[in-house]
Amino acid sequence: MRKLTLAIAVIAPMLGHAASAEDTIKIGYIDPLSGGGASVGEGGLKTFQYLADELNAKGGILGHKIEIVPLDNKTNPQESLVQAQKAIDAGVHYITQGNGSSVGAALSDFVTKNNTRNPGKEVLYFNYAAVDPSLTNEKCSYWHFRWDASSDIKMEALTNYMKDTASIKKVYLINQDYSFGQSVRTDARKMLGAKRPDIQIVGDELHPLLKVTDFSPYIAKIKASGADSVVTGNWGQDFALLLKAAADAGLKVNWYTYYAGGAGGPTAIKQTGLDQQVFQITEGFANSGNKAAMDYEKAFRAKVNLSLWYPRAVNEMRMFKAAAEKANSIDPVKVAAALEDLKFEVLDGGTGIMRKDDHQFLQPIYISSFGKLTESEPFDEESTGWGWHLVSRIDTPQAMVSTTCKMTRP
Amino acid sequence: MLELIVISTLNGVLFGMLLFLLSSGLTVIFSMMGVLNFAHASFYMLGAFFGFQLTKWIGFWPALVLAPLLVGAIGMAVERYGLRNTHKHGHVAELLLTFGLAFAIEEIVSMIWGKSPLDYRVPALLDFPAFTIFSTNYPAYKIFMLAISVVIFVALLLVLKRTRVGLIVQAALTHPHMVGHLGHNVGRVFMVVFGVGSALAGLAGVIAGPALVTQSDMAASLGPILFVVIVFGGLGSLPGAFIASLVIGLVQTFAVALDGSLASAFGPLDPSTGPSVLTDIWNVTIAQVAPIVPYMLLVLILIVRPMGLMGTRES
Repeated sequence: MRKLTLAIAVIAPMLGHAASAEDTIKIGYIDPLSGGGASVGEGGLKTFQYLADELNAKGGILGHKIEIVPLDNKTNPQESLVQAQKAIDAGVHYITQGNGSSVGAALSDFVTKNNTRNPGKEVLYFNYAAVDPSLTNEKCSYWHFRWDASSDIKMEALTNYMKDTASIKKVYLINQDYSFGQSVRTDARKMLGAKRPDIQIVGDELHPLLKVTDFSPYIAKIKASGADSVVTGNWGQDFALLLKAAADAGLKVNWYTYYAGGAGGPTAIKQTGLDQQVFQITEGFANSGNKAAMDYEKAFRAKVNLSLWYPRAVNEMRMFKAAAEKANSIDPVKVAAALEDLKFEVLDGGTGIMRKDDHQFLQPIYISSFGKLTESEPFDEESTGWGWHLVSRIDTPQAMVSTTCKMTRP
Repeated sequence: MLELIVISTLNGVLFGMLLFLLSSGLTVIFSMMGVLNFAHASFYMLGAFFGFQLTKWIGFWPALVLAPLLVGAIGMAVERYGLRNTHKHGHVAELLLTFGLAFAIEEIVSMIWGKSPLDYRVPALLDFPAFTIFSTNYPAYKIFMLAISVVIFVALLLVLKRTRVGLIVQAALTHPHMVGHLGHNVGRVFMVVFGVGSALAGLAGVIAGPALVTQSDMAASLGPILFVVIVFGGLGSLPGAFIASLVIGLVQTFAVALDGSLASAFGPLDPSTGPSVLTDIWNVTIAQVAPIVPYMLLVLILIVRPMGLMGTRES
């Protein structure tokens, strides 16, 4: 008897462990963990691991623990598909990815094919940052959900702000020469033309992606054009070097950007001393003034030692939980159905909705500028002593565009 | 128009000199040892990271001296314990060694300093606009980079062409046994040459670090253009590399300034053809392809003059 008790005492936890491991919800995180995009990919991984730990501490999703499975795709669409297949073979039913719309398009297509061919083994693709509008328009898929605002929605919000700023007269567009940069440029032209026909587009530049080491010739052109504002979707070193060259040459314009807050961006802005002249458009930011979000930011920074660059990842994971609870199941097919038209209180306050027509999450958008902090703004970025300052909040109805998506529903 | 020409010329010269700063060490090593050092850009990166770290501890100016010395020492160690052993197996083995080394250095750097860009700043002493033309500032730091490049060029040329040291080094390349019989330690000569070449890369790193972005993929992003410079200039020719740097700097800068496309030269295509690959090519501006112009130059020169602008041999 004693032996039996002992045996049970030893074996039972193992059984329990085995059972819980089987019930774990594995989320395949497919993003660059080596190569040029690694700094961004690592930040995202830490964010998702933090979110998983947080959910697990509160009992997980319907009692299931969450596990983030990191998979390195080197920002390469081909490699991403290999990793996705690896993930699916390892029992992953949810994958999440953000860096690179080319990767996003490949994954969306892959997941759609997989789900058609393997009924009962469906996989959902949660996109937290690939913003190419085509993913929720002509290339839309029922199995793809996007939490970041697509680049045309961001431009809609940005131009809604710019149209009321009378000081803007001449705009220069400079973007990276690939799908995202091109969509920023065409949307900017179209929307500015419609809302403020008096604004002159004095330059429209495309430069190769991550290949330019010296932006001074571009700055010389911007200067010669007499622009007062520059709109750019540049990120990474393309943003940092562009800004450094501008500051070196003493170019005094306002910068309207998508990704000034990305790794290295704040450092570059501080180095150049462009106080409150660089604007960024996001779904949330550290000093947004929302109490809950700011407490969250504080806890996040204390533990991860990074600023929360992806409030949308928080929304993604929380909505995943909400949808699973609504469906009372962790079956991807039921979760997908529950996500459609799901209304949700986002991290930075306000209601967002996962639009059923194209699976684009619609949410309030913020325009903030970077510079010296006031007393009510506790968070700086990259230890520069400067941080983001609220300029404008664009509510959900002013931050949406229509979709042409005609998705095939299962 | 005059404004754009003057400013583009200035920008082109400044960028060209930065390229020369980066490629001088590579040329030295190749011309003296015949080794095409794939890890050169990695030594440049090491220079930038050492420069950043030492600047934090002891200030920029001591770092400007110490970091290149450190990188030079590492370079010498690589030659002494790596290249010297592979030398007898021929150039391919040497090339592969430096190729592997480049990956190893990148991984080590990202392990120590992480993958995010570092906050490596221009020293306060040089952080002011040196002069202003057409209301465009030229920072003192860029002029400093230009000056260092010119000093390096002149110094290297004098040492190699006008001193006994240069004579021995050049003789060691073509007649190693004879030089050895004359009582010179040929192995040590090669070690020092490789060390000097690496130290030059390190110096370029310390100086270019604050001007560009200091992060663990900086070697990979700058490596290819350096090879264009030395191949274009003629492998192993120092004046060739100098001229090639200037030409590439100027060509690239002026290309950016030009907005012309096939469409603006010959008028837009018939709109009825609709968007296609042809309309894409038709509407591409010269500015858009500017950064690939150096690579097109590389291909051209290899076809027209395989030894490069001032090269003396074909390999």
